[in-house]
Amino acid sequence: MTPETRVDKAILIDIYRRMALIQRSDDRFRAVIKSGKIVAPYYSPRGQEAIPAAVSVNLTDDDYICTIYRGIHDMLAKGVPSKLLWAEIAGKATGTCKGKGGPMHITHPPTGVMVTTGIVGSSMPIANGLALAAQIRGEKRVAVAYFGDGASNIGAFHEALNMAAVWKLPVLFVCQNNGYGEHTRYELATAARQISDRAAGYQMPGVTVDGNDPLAVYAVAREAVARARAGEGPTLIEAKTFRFHGHVFGDADAYMAPGEKEAAMAKDPVPRFRSWLIEGGVAEVELAALERAIDREIDDAVTFALQSPVPDLAELQRDVLAEELA
Amino acid sequence: MSTTAKMIEKVKPMNTIQAVNMALDEAMGLDANVILLGEDIADGQEGGIVGVTKGLSTKYGNARVRSTPIAEQAIVGAAIGAAIVGLRPVAEIMLMNFTTVAMDMIVNHAAKLRYMSGGQTHVPLTIRTMTGAGFGTGGQHADYLEAWFAHTAGIKVVAPSSPADAYGLMLSCIFDDDPCLFIENMPTYWNPGAPPQTGQRIPLGKANVLREGRDVTVISYSRTVQDCAAVAEKLAQEGVQVELIDLRTISPLDEATLLKSVAKTRRAVVVHEAVRRFGVGAEIAAMLNEHLFSELKAPVQRIGANHSPVPFSKTLEQAFVPQQSAIEAAVRKTLG
Repeated sequence: MTPETRVDKAILIDIYRRMALIQRSDDRFRAVIKSGKIVAPYYSPRGQEAIPAAVSVNLTDDDYICTIYRGIHDMLAKGVPSKLLWAEIAGKATGTCKGKGGPMHITHPPTGVMVTTGIVGSSMPIANGLALAAQIRGEKRVAVAYFGDGASNIGAFHEALNMAAVWKLPVLFVCQNNGYGEHTRYELATAARQISDRAAGYQMPGVTVDGNDPLAVYAVAREAVARARAGEGPTLIEAKTFRFHGHVFGDADAYMAPGEKEAAMAKDPVPRFRSWLIEGGVAEVELAALERAIDREIDDAVTFALQSPVPDLAELQRDVLAEELA
Repeated sequence: MSTTAKMIEKVKPMNTIQAVNMALDEAMGLDANVILLGEDIADGQEGGIVGVTKGLSTKYGNARVRSTPIAEQAIVGAAIGAAIVGLRPVAEIMLMNFTTVAMDMIVNHAAKLRYMSGGQTHVPLTIRTMTGAGFGTGGQHADYLEAWFAHTAGIKVVAPSSPADAYGLMLSCIFDDDPCLFIENMPTYWNPGAPPQTGQRIPLGKANVLREGRDVTVISYSRTVQDCAAVAEKLAQEGVQVELIDLRTISPLDEATLLKSVAKTRRAVVVHEAVRRFGVGAEIAAMLNEHLFSELKAPVQRIGANHSPVPFSKTLEQAFVPQQSAIEAAVRKTLG
């Protein structure tokens, strides 16, 4: 952890709560999917918890995010209710999107989760538009675009960063660099030494941070959010991390070097932050109580999702256009 | 001089550039949520490559009328994001072929967000684009690609054939709650027509019966409507009554109007400038066959451009687009 950072205890615990919620939800998602009770493509964010947790404590429900198919952590950190999230992943009528979006397209405007895209690179141009609306209306909202290291090689990244910089849009481009784009190692696909170097091409601040250190991410995000709210434009944040369960759940990880994943898992950011909090004087019972509350929330969400009805077949035709099709 | 001609003489004619400009101006005046995005559209950049948006940035400011980088994904992406949270952006993609660069944003996002979000978000976005052969711009600047978009659920496709229609349909697109692709024909931009009535919106999804007739239904949209009108006029001299329908909106298709007409005439010809194969004409012919197979007196005829890229050389370019002679021949073929 970054020792010199002074952050309010309430914020530290809030970050931990969000990280623990992601970790415990992910454990359960994988278990339930493995059991066959829910059938869904699942891109586990395990290992990347610290990033959206530490970014989101700087945001309110009025701030927007656009995230991607590996985005359950971003949604939970932003506050999407567990019940609605679980029901959507289960394809139920009670889900955020009535079961029509699924895990790759979860949307929840009340908490600012405006778009989840399954297309690599597409979160960024749309986040610009959310930020543009705020700018035109003179609102103080900011937009966060989450994406992976692989997405920084696609054209949309460059178009979006350039436009955001030219127009000084209140947007944070948060790259969760987990070292792999699908099955391909960073070095084989990306010419830049680090993603944040690409910010220089757009005259915006670019910073690389240890994405497994919540305090470091918090400090960088806080500054970027403040800049955006002050009308000073976008920031590119590269948060370096590692994904514990490959590209898609069921991935054999055969493309990874032996021991690489085990080494990363040994430095699991969630228990590491927990220990740091306790060493810093937070009572373990406080964290344990918080974890029990999270487990109850997840239990309730799983029950709700599994017991909820499937969508009515009439939903097939609804929401294609404003007026229902004949 | 006919009565119609006298009426037109009294009012000042208007071309499509002026008509679209008037619609944009009116929409921006009515609703502060209407913004314009596109390459060179602000007055500092001459108000658009052919001047459609001239004067609007001066009137409404550069915050609402934004010249953008040449970056179609960023343009449409920004318009989508702004639309989701309540603005009504009109994004100009200068030429229809350039929509290919923004296909992901249009097809995967603008068209699908309402459905994928279960109706929690929607995208009240209008994409203006121009196209059409005739200016010697060759293979990448003049295609009609409407079939691709009409094949995508969740986006409306609109193609006016006159200045007044361009005005009324543009206003409807801007204030519609779904994404609309609005196709303007470039070579006929400067052709004068009857001016629109101020504030007169034309409903989307409704075809326009331009000429009534009992013998054969000719269905078209965009520029080729004028060719069809000329053919209909010529055939009328021989006593052949053509019923001419301008789709105005390609998707959603006004099947009811088409079926009503063809049930009466029992003959149909579909005409468009897009290449014929796998086109809008094929969809319409199939739909007519499904409903009226036993009623039809002849197979539905389709007229479209040659199945090739748009060629450069004037001789080839002129031969590429549907000819009035071909439309006339197709009509005669249905008459047997």
